[in-house]
Amino acid sequence: MSRKLALLKSAPASARFGLVVVVGYGVVALLAPVIAPYGETQVVGVEFAPWSAQHWLGTDDLGRDVLSRLLYGARNTIGIAVLTTVIASVVGGCAGLIAGTLRGWIDQLLGRLVDVLMAVPSLILTLLLLAICGTSIASMVTIIALVESTRIFRLARALALGIGQLDYVTMARLRGEGLSWIIFREVLPNASAPLIAEFGLRFCFVFLFIATLSFLGLGIQPPTADWGSMVRDNATLISYGQMTPLLPAGAIALLTVAVNFIVDWLVHRSSGLRD
Amino acid sequence: MERPLLSIRGLSVHATAPGAPTSAGAATSAGMTSILRGIDLDLHRGTILGLVGESGSGKSTLGLASMGYVREGLGFSAGSIVFDGVDLIRSSEPQRRSIRGVRIAYVAQSAAASFNPARRLFDQSIEVAVRRGRARPREAIKRLIDLYTRLQLPNPSALGRRHPHHVSGGQLQRAMTAMAMVTGPDLIVFDEPTTALDVTTQIEVLSAIRNVVESSQTAAIYISHDLALVAQMADRIMVLRRGEIVEEAETRQILRAPREAYTRSIWAANDFRAAPKVRAALQPEVGAAVPLLRVTGVTAGYGRAPVLHDATLEVHAGMTLAVVGESGSGKSSLANVIAGLLSPRAGTLEFAGRPLAPGFRRRSREQLRRIQLISQSPDTALNPRQRVSESIGRPLTFYHGLSGTARERRMRELLAELELDPDRYAHRFPGELSGGQKQRVCIARALAAEPSVIICDEVTSGLDQLVAQDTLKLLDRVQRERDLAYVFITHDLAIVRAIADDVIVMKAGRIVRSGHRDDVLAPPYDPYTALLLSSVPEMDPDWLDRVLEQRRGAR
Repeated sequence: MSRKLALLKSAPASARFGLVVVVGYGVVALLAPVIAPYGETQVVGVEFAPWSAQHWLGTDDLGRDVLSRLLYGARNTIGIAVLTTVIASVVGGCAGLIAGTLRGWIDQLLGRLVDVLMAVPSLILTLLLLAICGTSIASMVTIIALVESTRIFRLARALALGIGQLDYVTMARLRGEGLSWIIFREVLPNASAPLIAEFGLRFCFVFLFIATLSFLGLGIQPPTADWGSMVRDNATLISYGQMTPLLPAGAIALLTVAVNFIVDWLVHRSSGLRD
Repeated sequence: MERPLLSIRGLSVHATAPGAPTSAGAATSAGMTSILRGIDLDLHRGTILGLVGESGSGKSTLGLASMGYVREGLGFSAGSIVFDGVDLIRSSEPQRRSIRGVRIAYVAQSAAASFNPARRLFDQSIEVAVRRGRARPREAIKRLIDLYTRLQLPNPSALGRRHPHHVSGGQLQRAMTAMAMVTGPDLIVFDEPTTALDVTTQIEVLSAIRNVVESSQTAAIYISHDLALVAQMADRIMVLRRGEIVEEAETRQILRAPREAYTRSIWAANDFRAAPKVRAALQPEVGAAVPLLRVTGVTAGYGRAPVLHDATLEVHAGMTLAVVGESGSGKSSLANVIAGLLSPRAGTLEFAGRPLAPGFRRRSREQLRRIQLISQSPDTALNPRQRVSESIGRPLTFYHGLSGTARERRMRELLAELELDPDRYAHRFPGELSGGQKQRVCIARALAAEPSVIICDEVTSGLDQLVAQDTLKLLDRVQRERDLAYVFITHDLAIVRAIADDVIVMKAGRIVRSGHRDDVLAPPYDPYTALLLSSVPEMDPDWLDRVLEQRRGAR
């Protein structure tokens, strides 16, 4: 425990800032029903009410409280992004580690499959698949996870190829160890630092991707509160000099920057570079 | 007496950042880890100073410090480094830079890693000279060709137009020496310039370096852990240990009569290697017993060209078979064939009287257990994320089904047997061990399987002499206790003499000589074995001159 604390103390200011922001977002997401003044989809006033004591950040195009929707939005947007990233990492990571460790035909097969998926621009591919499957949250999570897992596959495979050449993996093979021991006990522990960093970066991309889809009306569907669609719904206010639509956009930007700060620090640490 | 070219007084270097590379022996005082303490050194023009010490003794740091340079994370804490009247510690960075590369040059250990692979040798070799205005490109190239000729590089003008990867390691090391000399420096620092080379190549590089240094009246610092090499090159020898000078004296004097106990122990390490193994009691009746391992007519290779031709050998229980040869002679491929990592194209393998499958995947767990491999580099042979207890414990569980306290007890026994205190080392990660300790853990891991044969692939080549000697003694003891057979791959004939029962000499993938050690290492020799034998450096400072004299005479 004290080692963990010492580790945090050694973090640069940017990483500490990032950690504070991410923890803050997490707390808000978990406690949204407690701290939000109104319900997520509750219509509480006139449309586009200005900022006031009752509605700190005004109301949206249907008369719902913007602050409450922002807090609930953290829950939905971040929750779905984390879920999607976890699925993408597990699928892409396992496939990549297996392909890189076994090599041979299975590597060729998975590799070419990933090539095909990566050959199509990811936004177009996603839009196409969403058009086929319909815009439910489940299908969106599956499709984005599939698209993003190709990137994680690439990294995991490259890492497994490199580590698989090292003597200690050869020793384990010579001992007669099975595939699962080699992957989970020999390769994965030594690939974890870059994979964790990749997880953070992928989370940012997934998060932005979901926000993009929601902004286009293809992501998280109304009435669920979500930052991407909140920007779109209130976009007209910009013409009246109101900054309300910028708040969900700002929330997206802040989290992305914060996660990137943390990832930078992790990558820096694992690469062993000194400034 | 004239003023020395380089004069170091009371030099101390310490680690500034936590986590900076420190040696195991470095002492910590007042919260700072000191790497060098109170070093005094004088170097005159035309003389070569040899720096000897184990890894972590600070010899490389001192070599770099003589250029007024310290590695990242280190800093000068006291003393002065005066080079030709300029104090390199107190002078400005531009002033230092104007001296480095032009008046002081550095030749690194691994030339292959120090050249830019994307540029031709000529282009990068003359860069410093041209950019500092020392010479015009054409002049510099002319000088370089002259140096290549003096360093006996073949076809100098064509060689310089090649890229580094088209040139052999020994040639590259000489090309790097030429690069260092092209500006006509007053001082050259050689940091283990021949460590990565074969013994036969080493001689050529050594003699070339010495000739050029002597003829141009340059001063040099020659750093090596191999005392026999330093003895050939240096006028004076300085022995370092844990950042301090143990002893410094004129070469012949320090070799004949070392004053300090530590110096004598280094000398003794060489004596052990020179002493042949005596084991009359264990002589088996060859032919009577079935050999433990038999390799018959094996040809193997990567890609199209075979690297191993028609190899045949036998290994008997409790005996050591040494396989000797230069790099590229196919000795490691032979080890891989036996271990099952490389499938032969022709020939058969037999183990304990039964056929042995060529690939390790088709061998039984019992066969895998009985043939163990210890690899050259202990740094990569241990998983950095597994504690010593896990690394050794895994084969105990995997092969013998041990778990819990039984596994823990056996693991501690093995550690104790290899002279590693279980309480101190069992819970460490490999990163917290020295090279010699890591190699012991690798040996313990191999022993945990309770094998019949251990293939030792250059197990001591990455270790310091004293540590290598201890490791060899340990292997020897373990063998006697367990009736183990070793297949010992090495390029070092001194080791062969010390530990082998049978010897195989390999060249270009073929076995050129084999038999009992006393027969193989006794005249009449075939030319290749004679060349190998005469290339092993001896402690006698006149050895290099003598060998060169003989070779010239033979030609």
